[in-house]
Amino acid sequence: MAILKTENLTYIYGAGTPFEKTAVDNVSLEIEKGTVTGVIGHTGSGKSTLVQHFNGLLRPTSGKIFFDGQDIWKNKKAMPGIRFKIGLVFQYPEYQMFEETVYKDIAFGPKNMKLQNEEIKERVIETAKLLKIPSDMLNSSPFELSGGQKRRVAIAGVMAMKPEVLVLDEPAAGLDPAGRNDIFELIRSYNENTGCTVIIVSHSMEDMAKYAEKIIVMNKAKLYCHDYTEKVFSYADEIAKMGLDVPQITRVFSQLEKDGICFDKKIYTVGYAKKKILEYLGKKGGDRIC
Amino acid sequence: MLKDITIGQYFPGDSIIHRLDASFKIIITLIFIVMLFAADTFAGMLIGVTFMIMSYLLTKIKPKIMTKSLKPVLPILVFTAVINVFFYDGDVIFRLGFIKITDDGIKNAAFMLIRVVALIIGSSILTYTTSPIALTNAIERLMSPLKKLKFPVHELAMMMTIALRFIPTLIEETDKIISAQKARGADFETGSLVERARAIIPILIPLFVSAFRRAEELALAMECRCYNGGEGRTKLRQSVVKPHDYVALIISFVFLATVIATNVILK
Repeated sequence: MAILKTENLTYIYGAGTPFEKTAVDNVSLEIEKGTVTGVIGHTGSGKSTLVQHFNGLLRPTSGKIFFDGQDIWKNKKAMPGIRFKIGLVFQYPEYQMFEETVYKDIAFGPKNMKLQNEEIKERVIETAKLLKIPSDMLNSSPFELSGGQKRRVAIAGVMAMKPEVLVLDEPAAGLDPAGRNDIFELIRSYNENTGCTVIIVSHSMEDMAKYAEKIIVMNKAKLYCHDYTEKVFSYADEIAKMGLDVPQITRVFSQLEKDGICFDKKIYTVGYAKKKILEYLGKKGGDRIC
Repeated sequence: MLKDITIGQYFPGDSIIHRLDASFKIIITLIFIVMLFAADTFAGMLIGVTFMIMSYLLTKIKPKIMTKSLKPVLPILVFTAVINVFFYDGDVIFRLGFIKITDDGIKNAAFMLIRVVALIIGSSILTYTTSPIALTNAIERLMSPLKKLKFPVHELAMMMTIALRFIPTLIEETDKIISAQKARGADFETGSLVERARAIIPILIPLFVSAFRRAEELALAMECRCYNGGEGRTKLRQSVVKPHDYVALIISFVFLATVIATNVILK
């Protein structure tokens, strides 16, 4: 069943001023429970605006959003509850840290949920472990940590609320390659261990190809497509025209196809490409080479 | 939302008022303010208001935006008007206990109200039609005689430029931090006064941290480009004074003279 659903969602910034701009234009989509979905799009394509609707931070100019079949704007009193069920990690989340210790910062969300102290403590320690934050770091100031550590602490702050849907806006922005992989691996294992639905906003096709089951492509405020990852990358050429990068390996194979060497069209990870090449060479009697 | 604040905002356009030289616009605004305070009679005030309406119509800015700038000062306006109505001596029109309303009181209140509204709209016309950069450049030019008195005119103008430049950035940042803390369940709308004051901490600290970070980065970037104050600095866009600037100035002087003339004649 779809855990999140939008119906003809439209959002206009600065309506009535000369700066009026449609950021999200008539988007209808459904997100299945327990999946990892990537939202990709060019800068200014409306992807960040779209996800801020999911937990009710922005109110759509027109259209509806449903969580678990419930219209989230129907009952305003239920809104705080909705925000705990749909956790949103903003871009550069480390810029919202304010407490003296890492522990207190992670505990901010659970505290707002009015949980018992023991429960809060349990959750903080559990999430810290999940995100590989060493326990001695919990008592240090969040402003003393390195970039990657800060990012993990900030993400932990949202995860500690145990949301049913976790939305992350560019969780790896500004991190080095090792940091990127760490973050994505942690998010993936979180999804596998808790069954929490994960939505990742990114402009990196490479990362999304590796980690997302389904991909939503946004282009100029409109929904371009929403499909399984391998299907989305079969439109590699159209996506490239939007100014988005398709994974390098996909580009190599679409060039090979143009040169007359046909593979399966849905190659977007290196591992799968290796398998396909070996199969191809095997057919041609290329065992010797390998 | 914080983004709805329009005071001091610039609305790009291509009207005659937009094209006027910024330092002339500042002088004309000052003349307009003198006009409002010089006007002693309703006729004089009417001339001042006519001048304002004329300039406003030339800007081609939507009336909705104009009225929006009055909204935040509405309580102050009501307050001044009420004070003026009740605390003026003159012929009593209405009396209830120690409260009395006099004809002079009403007259003064109306005068005050028109004056303040005209003041706000007049200065809004200046900021709505002049980009912050043009405005500070103009201020620097107008204040440049003070340089002889060792007054740091350029530094002041630079500080103003930077401050103006960062207002929208910081507003955007505040918006983002508020959203982020809301996403973590922070509640800014309910609770006692103390609780609400406490709820601001999660906004203020990240905002301060980021403001200091930005300040440091900007200072470094300026040093990297060898910024060392105003000495020998030239401008990319030299403002050129055109005939229409003088025409506008003369028109506003004529209006000022008429206002003063009505004072003399009608008194």
